[in-house]
Amino acid sequence: MLDAAIIGAVLASVVAAATTLLLASLGELVAERAGTLNLGVEGMMIVGAAVGYVTAYGSGSLLLGTLAAVLAGMALSLVFAVLAIWLATNQVASGLATTILGLGLAGLIGASFVGTQLAGAPQLHIAGLTELPILGKALFGQDAFVYVSFLLLAAVAYTLTRTRIGLVLRAVGENHAAAHALGHPVRGIRTLAVMFGGGCAGLAGAHLSLAYTPFWAADMTAGRGWIALALVVFSAWRPLWLLGGAYLFGAVSILQLHVQGFGLGIPSQFLSALPYLATIIALVVISALKHGRGAPASLGVPFVPDR
Amino acid sequence: MPLRLERLENVSPLRHAMAPVVAALVTLVVGAVMFVVLGHDPVRAFTIYFIEPLGDAYTLQELVVKASPLLLIGIGLSFCYRANRWNIGAEGQYVAGAVLGSWLALATHGTEAGPWVLPAMLVFGALGGALWGLIPAFLRVRFGASEILTSLMLVYVAQLGLDYLVRGPWRDPAGFNFPQSVTFDDVALMPLLMADGRLHGGIVIALLAVVAATFVLGRTLVGFSIELAGSAPRAAAFAGFDEKRVTYGVFAVSGALAGLAGIIEVAGPIGQLQPTISPGYGFTAIIAAMLGRLHPVGILVASLVLALTYIGGEAAQITMRLPFDVTRVFQGTLLIAILAADILVRYRIRRVEGTTHA
Repeated sequence: MLDAAIIGAVLASVVAAATTLLLASLGELVAERAGTLNLGVEGMMIVGAAVGYVTAYGSGSLLLGTLAAVLAGMALSLVFAVLAIWLATNQVASGLATTILGLGLAGLIGASFVGTQLAGAPQLHIAGLTELPILGKALFGQDAFVYVSFLLLAAVAYTLTRTRIGLVLRAVGENHAAAHALGHPVRGIRTLAVMFGGGCAGLAGAHLSLAYTPFWAADMTAGRGWIALALVVFSAWRPLWLLGGAYLFGAVSILQLHVQGFGLGIPSQFLSALPYLATIIALVVISALKHGRGAPASLGVPFVPDR
Repeated sequence: MPLRLERLENVSPLRHAMAPVVAALVTLVVGAVMFVVLGHDPVRAFTIYFIEPLGDAYTLQELVVKASPLLLIGIGLSFCYRANRWNIGAEGQYVAGAVLGSWLALATHGTEAGPWVLPAMLVFGALGGALWGLIPAFLRVRFGASEILTSLMLVYVAQLGLDYLVRGPWRDPAGFNFPQSVTFDDVALMPLLMADGRLHGGIVIALLAVVAATFVLGRTLVGFSIELAGSAPRAAAFAGFDEKRVTYGVFAVSGALAGLAGIIEVAGPIGQLQPTISPGYGFTAIIAAMLGRLHPVGILVASLVLALTYIGGEAAQITMRLPFDVTRVFQGTLLIAILAADILVRYRIRRVEGTTHA
């Protein structure tokens, strides 16, 4: 029963599920490395999903939809940035407000599109490679979002650790007073980092509504934005660890679906709860092991220059 | 730049009190823009949303019915937020309380059990919420795991647990396969306060919580230790207050009040367990707590305002076919506006004359 074709299909769907998480958590990782905790990921992601879907549906262009989703995520992140960075409001409350507003806005934007469907993003096909057993479809049969997520991962990992921009960004996140004394525009850099995070969350939303499940449904993110936030903690703020975390959680969410399909007599709700329970367990394990180390030292602390 | 924000040294109490008013006005302006974009006359929309519900006795009762859970949960959350502990999973604690309290209602269903059932259910509800709330507290104290994320993840777990119970073991066998429990017996239902309408005893309990919380937070050492743990954790440690006890304490209180709100809702307006027992009270209560400045009386006012957005939203859904998401936009905007207004009242705009550098 578990032949190569089924394993191949399961692996391919794990990659697809992991891509949403990887995209969103990469953006949040950059925002947090610059010192800002943005709990608005869920809101920015769902606004991206709604705007992306509506734009793609209206224009017939998936590319246009994706761009619109990225811009929408950025726009909402700017609301958060004005509050949390420029007005120095409480970051937790500001992020929550962003999520509540985003969920409402997305519902309004998508309301008249419930029940419609799109063709969905095309998948790569390389003669010979895509047909390879087991790994063929997972590696060479994905949509553009998957390959973009890997490019983005490489770009973020390289920029953070190997470039001057990355060094300044990390300095702002580790010790904003010192970075300010050196003449770096702390709040400007944080704003850009948060907007990068918003764009990534919007892109993750577009992946959800344009490729993974090409339709719009209310609350379709179902907590993925929050899981992405947890993954950043899980990765101890290192991009490459994020890759492992996103694929681990992608695997958990796909495997529980397949176990439900087999009908082993386990209530479906218990299996549906697995990704959330796994998130809690992962947070506990990583917190117990690291105990706070790894987090940027200025994370969550607003910077007020004239105080 | 000719204009500059200048920080005020002494902010008058009046100026402070203005912040929620300014926030409400800003929200109304944003709301008007939203209605115009959606193609509706904003005056008519505001009338349906905010004026008409205040016009008749039935909707006024509904206002109180919807404000009660927000008030109970919001007061509990103010304990957490004053201590700088970020419990954002009150929705899950609400569900956990409703489940544990309902267990007693279902266990005594059809028996000769006397009037002790409802009070015992309320105790079980508070207990269920407190236990669910203590999980993130334990994970934070013992392992250092972020209570923000764990408390939120437990919302999904609690909702799925409730879903399992009402579709599985607790489903009414005579209910035509609908996912719901049996209707509670009379001894397991909240007493109604008026002959017609849905106003029930929940508001009395919520008002008692206002009085108790005002006293505890403002007049006791416990309240002081919560405040100090939030605003000056190092000073609190030097003063000998146990940080762990504060964490457990505020999560137990906020979980218990959320659980109490859950069982009151199920034993009150709903009367049985269903897969969905809340229109997001646990999240809206976060706004109520912030809007009410973490003060019990402030939260009372804020709960009434937010309840109005729920009722107006329902009315607009029926008469204007507006999606319920309009209410979420209102609530999100209100929270953003209050956060911004709280800061901005501490500054004034000054014209900077004759300078070229900003």
